[in-house]
Amino acid sequence: MSVQIHVENVIKKYGDNVIIPNLSVDIENGELFTLLGPSGCGKTTLLRMIAGFNSIEGGQIKFNNDVINDLPAHKRNIGMVFQSYAIFPHLTVRQNVEYGMKMRKVKKTIMKKKVDDILHVVRIDTYQNRLPERLSGGQQQRVALARAIVIEPTVLLMDEPLSNLDAKLRIEMRSAIKDIQKKVGITTVYVTHDQEEALAISDRIAVMKDGVIQQVGKPFEIYLRPKNIFVASFIGHSNVFKATIEVLDKKVYVKFENGFKVEMTNLVDTVVNGQEVKVSVRPEEFTIGENGFKGTITSSTFLGKYVNYTVNFNQNIIEELEGNIEFTQDLNTFSKIFEVGGSIGLELNLNKINVYTADGQTSLIKGVN
Amino acid sequence: MSKKKFKFDFWSGVTLAIMAVFIIFLIYPLLSLVVQAFKDPGSESFTLANFSKFFSKKYYYTTMINSFKVTICVTVLAILIGAPLAYIMKTMKIRGKAVLEILIMISMLSPPFIGAYSWVLLSGRNGVLTRFLTNVLGIQNPPSIYGFGGILLVFTLKLFPFIYLYVGGALKKVDVALGEAAESLGCSGIKKVFTLILPLVLPSLLAGGLLVFMNSLADFGTPMLIGEGFRTMPVIIYDEYISEMGGQANFASALSTMMIIFTAGLFLIQKYIVNKKSFTMSSMRPIEAKKVKGMKNILAHLFVYFVVFLAIIPQITVMFTSFLKTKGTQFVGGSAFSSATYSFDSYKKIFEKMKTPIINTFTFGLIAIIIIIIIGMLGAYVTVRKKNIFTNILDTVTMFPYIIPGSVLGITLLVTFSKGSLPLGGTAIIIIVAFVIRRLPYTLRSSAAILYQLSPSVEEASISLGASPVKTFFKVTTRMMLPGVFAGAIMSWITVITELSSSIMLYVTKTQTLSVAIFTEVLRASYGTAAALSTILTLTTVISLLIFFKFSGSKEVSM
Ligand SMILES: Nc1ncnc2c1ncn2[C@@H]1O[C@H](COP(=O)(O)OP(=O)(O)O)[C@@H](O)[C@H]1O
Ligand SMILES: [Mg+2]
Repeated sequence: MSVQIHVENVIKKYGDNVIIPNLSVDIENGELFTLLGPSGCGKTTLLRMIAGFNSIEGGQIKFNNDVINDLPAHKRNIGMVFQSYAIFPHLTVRQNVEYGMKMRKVKKTIMKKKVDDILHVVRIDTYQNRLPERLSGGQQQRVALARAIVIEPTVLLMDEPLSNLDAKLRIEMRSAIKDIQKKVGITTVYVTHDQEEALAISDRIAVMKDGVIQQVGKPFEIYLRPKNIFVASFIGHSNVFKATIEVLDKKVYVKFENGFKVEMTNLVDTVVNGQEVKVSVRPEEFTIGENGFKGTITSSTFLGKYVNYTVNFNQNIIEELEGNIEFTQDLNTFSKIFEVGGSIGLELNLNKINVYTADGQTSLIKGVN
Repeated sequence: MSKKKFKFDFWSGVTLAIMAVFIIFLIYPLLSLVVQAFKDPGSESFTLANFSKFFSKKYYYTTMINSFKVTICVTVLAILIGAPLAYIMKTMKIRGKAVLEILIMISMLSPPFIGAYSWVLLSGRNGVLTRFLTNVLGIQNPPSIYGFGGILLVFTLKLFPFIYLYVGGALKKVDVALGEAAESLGCSGIKKVFTLILPLVLPSLLAGGLLVFMNSLADFGTPMLIGEGFRTMPVIIYDEYISEMGGQANFASALSTMMIIFTAGLFLIQKYIVNKKSFTMSSMRPIEAKKVKGMKNILAHLFVYFVVFLAIIPQITVMFTSFLKTKGTQFVGGSAFSSATYSFDSYKKIFEKMKTPIINTFTFGLIAIIIIIIIGMLGAYVTVRKKNIFTNILDTVTMFPYIIPGSVLGITLLVTFSKGSLPLGGTAIIIIVAFVIRRLPYTLRSSAAILYQLSPSVEEASISLGASPVKTFFKVTTRMMLPGVFAGAIMSWITVITELSSSIMLYVTKTQTLSVAIFTEVLRASYGTAAALSTILTLTTVISLLIFFKFSGSKEVSM
C-alpha cells in the first residue's frame, strides 16, 4: 500500500545550526519525486527525516493522515536505497533480499515466491547465491533495490543511488529504477545533485537551496520556466543578461544594454516602464541572425548532434564577469560550423526565454509564480 | 535528539553497566588506594608520612632511581635495536623474513618472566654458559645475569619487538615517492634516513617507546627473579605489601600511587607530543624490500639473525630444559645440558601434582575472554556509534588499565575487596576481574577500530528493513565487527594467560595460574617443572598466535 507524504513546516537543526528552516511539500501517491539541489543543501537531511534516522525539530511529517514524527525508523515500513549500497557483506544476494521479510516473519512459501519474483524483476536471479563482494557496482545496486522493494514498503527512499556508478551504468540503472518504480507503483523520494538525472527520472522535482525549496514541478516545467535565476542556472545552463522594461503603446519591450530590443507578450501585467530586469537565455534558445547581439567566437566544442560555442561581447550586457555566453547550435537545422575567432550575430527565441526581477528572485513570465 | 529528554534505552543500559563494572573494580579501588596512601597505618588520620618515609630512606628511594635507570636504558636500547631492525626488514630483502617476523612476535608475546628465568638457566650461578666460561675457558667471574645488566638484557630482548612493530608499521605507510623526491633533491643514504625517514616515523617511534617504557617500569617478574640486590619499585611494592599483610598496606599504597602518577604523566606527555606532531600518511606505493648486494647484505643478515636469535633463546632454552631428567628439583648430571639425560619426568610431575594451575589458566582465561569480548563489542559500539558525554567518559576510563602497572592493580583490588561488603579476596572472581580490566583495552580498541571503518548505512539498511536497532546490532553489526573483535581478543587472550604481575598479588593456592606456578617453581629452584609449565604456556601462546595469523590473514599484530 503506497501513500502520500505530507511534509508540513518541518524544521531541522544541528545544535544552533539551522539546516532546514521551514519546509513544506506534498508528495503524491505513486509518484517518483526528486529532491534536487547542490551538495550540502539539505537533501539527505530531509530524506533521513522521512526515513526516521534524523530527528525532527519542528513541524510534522505524515504518511497519508498519520503523523510519523515519533515512529521509530524500523516501524515506518520504508524501503531505503543507500549511496553506498549498504549490502550486508556476510549474507548472500538472496539472503540480503530475504532479510526484511524474515524480520516481518513472512511465511516461507510466500517469501520464496516474492523473492524469486523480485530477483527476476531486477535481473539478479543468476547471482542469487553469491556473496556481495563478488558483485559489480551495478549488480550491488540492483540487490539494494530488490531488498528495499520486496518488503512492499509504503515509501521508497533513495539517496544518490547512482553516484557511485560509471556514466554508462548510471544511464542504464536510471531507466531500470524508473521502470521498476512504475511497475511496483510505489511513492518514491529520490535524492540527487545531478540535474540531468533528475530531469530524466522524475515525475516531479523539488529544487532545493540552503534548506529551502525553490520550485516544485514537472521536469519540463522546471527546465522551461524556472521560477528564479537560481533554478534557471542550476538546471541546465543559462546566460543571464541585464535589461530594462520599456512600455510603448501598451506593448511591452525588453531592452538590452546594447540597445537591442524585443517585444514580449507573455510578461505579467505588473511590469512598469523603466523597470530593471534579468533575462535568462539557454544556449539553445539563441537563433542566428544579424539584429541581436554581435560577438566573437572564442571557443567551440563539437558534440556530434550539437556544437557548443562560447561567444564574447565587448559590451557589459551580461552578468557573467568575462562577457562570455554559451550558444548551442543544433546541426539539424543549420549546418555551417563557425570558426573560432569569427564573428557571429545572435537573436532570441522569444517563446522560450525567461525574464526575472532585478534581484533574480521572481519570474515575470505569466503563470509561473 | 537535541531537544528531546534523555531517553533510557538498551544502549544507555549498556553504557551504565560497563561504567558500573569499571567504577566498582577500577575507579573505586584506585581511589581507596590513594586514600590509603595518605593515611597513617596506626591512627587512620591523614598524613604525608608514607611519602616522606619513602624519600627519607635510601633503601626505598634508590628503588625509584633504579627503576628509572633501567627503564630509560631499556627504552634507548630497544629503540637502537628495534628501529634499525624494522628499517632493514622493510627496505632490504632478508632471507626467511616471514619466519623471522613470527619469531619476533613470539618473543614479544611469550610470558615476560620466562626470559629472566631461562637466562638464569643459561648464565645464572649454575648456568650452562657460566660453567662453560669458567670450567672450559677458565674465565673467573664471567659476566653475571644478576642485577642491573641482566635486567637490562632481558628487558631489551623482550621489548624491542614493540619498537620493531610500531616503526615497521609506520615505514609501511611511507610512500616510495617521498624517498625518491628526497634523492632528487640530493639527499640520500644515511642523510635520507635521518632527515626524511626518521621524522616520518617519529610519532610511531614515540608510541612504541612509551610502550617499552611502561612495560619495563611496571614489570615485576624479571627484577624479582634476577634483580638480587638491584631492587626496582614494583619489587619493593610487592615486598612491602607482603610485609604489611593484614594491615591496610598504607606504605605500599603510597608507592603504588607514585607509580600511577609517573605512568599517567608520561602517557599524557606522549599523547601531547604525538598530537602536536601527528600527520596522516597514506601511501600509494609503499616502500619495497630491495635486494642488496655485498658487505651491506651480509651485515644486514648478520644483524637480523643475531638479534632474533638472542630474542628467541629463552623459548628454546625452556623447551629444551623441560625434557631434561630431574631428581628432586635438580637436573640429573648436575647442571642442564652437559651430559644430560632426557625424559618426560618434568611433564609427568606437573600432570600428577600441578594440574590445577593448568586447568585454572584455561578456565579463568576462557571466562575472562568471553566477558572481554562481550564488553569489548558493546563498549566499542556505544563509544563509536552513540557518542555522548557518558560514552566519552567510558572511552577514557576503559583505557586507564594501559597505564596502571599490573602489580598496582592487583594490590588495589586486594586492598579493596579482601574484606568489606564484597569479600572477593582469594576467589577466582577477583583474578578474572583483574584479567578483564587489564586486558579489555586490546579487544575494545580493535573492535572500535573496525567499527570506525564500517559505514553506518549498513546498519541503517537493516533498520529500514524492519529490524530494531538492538536486533540490528546483534544480527548485522556484530557479524561485521567479528574480524576486529577476533584480532583484539587473541591479543587479550595471550596476555591473559601469560599475566603474572596482578595475579601474583591475588592468587591463593587453589587459584594459582600457570604463570604464578612457574614463578613460584622458579623461586623454589624447581627448574624442571617450571620449564615444563613454561613450555605448555609458550606453546599455547604460539598456537594462539598462529590462529590469529591464519584468521586475520595478516602477519602482524597490533598492541
Ligand atoms: N550530523 C550532522 N551534524 C551537523 N551538521 C550536519 C550533520 N549532517 C549534515 N549536516 C549539515 O547539514 C547540511 C546539509 O547536509 P546534507 O543533508 O547531507 O546535504 P546534501 O545531502 O544536500 O548534500 C550540511 O551543511 C551539513 O554539513
Ligand atoms: Mg547527500
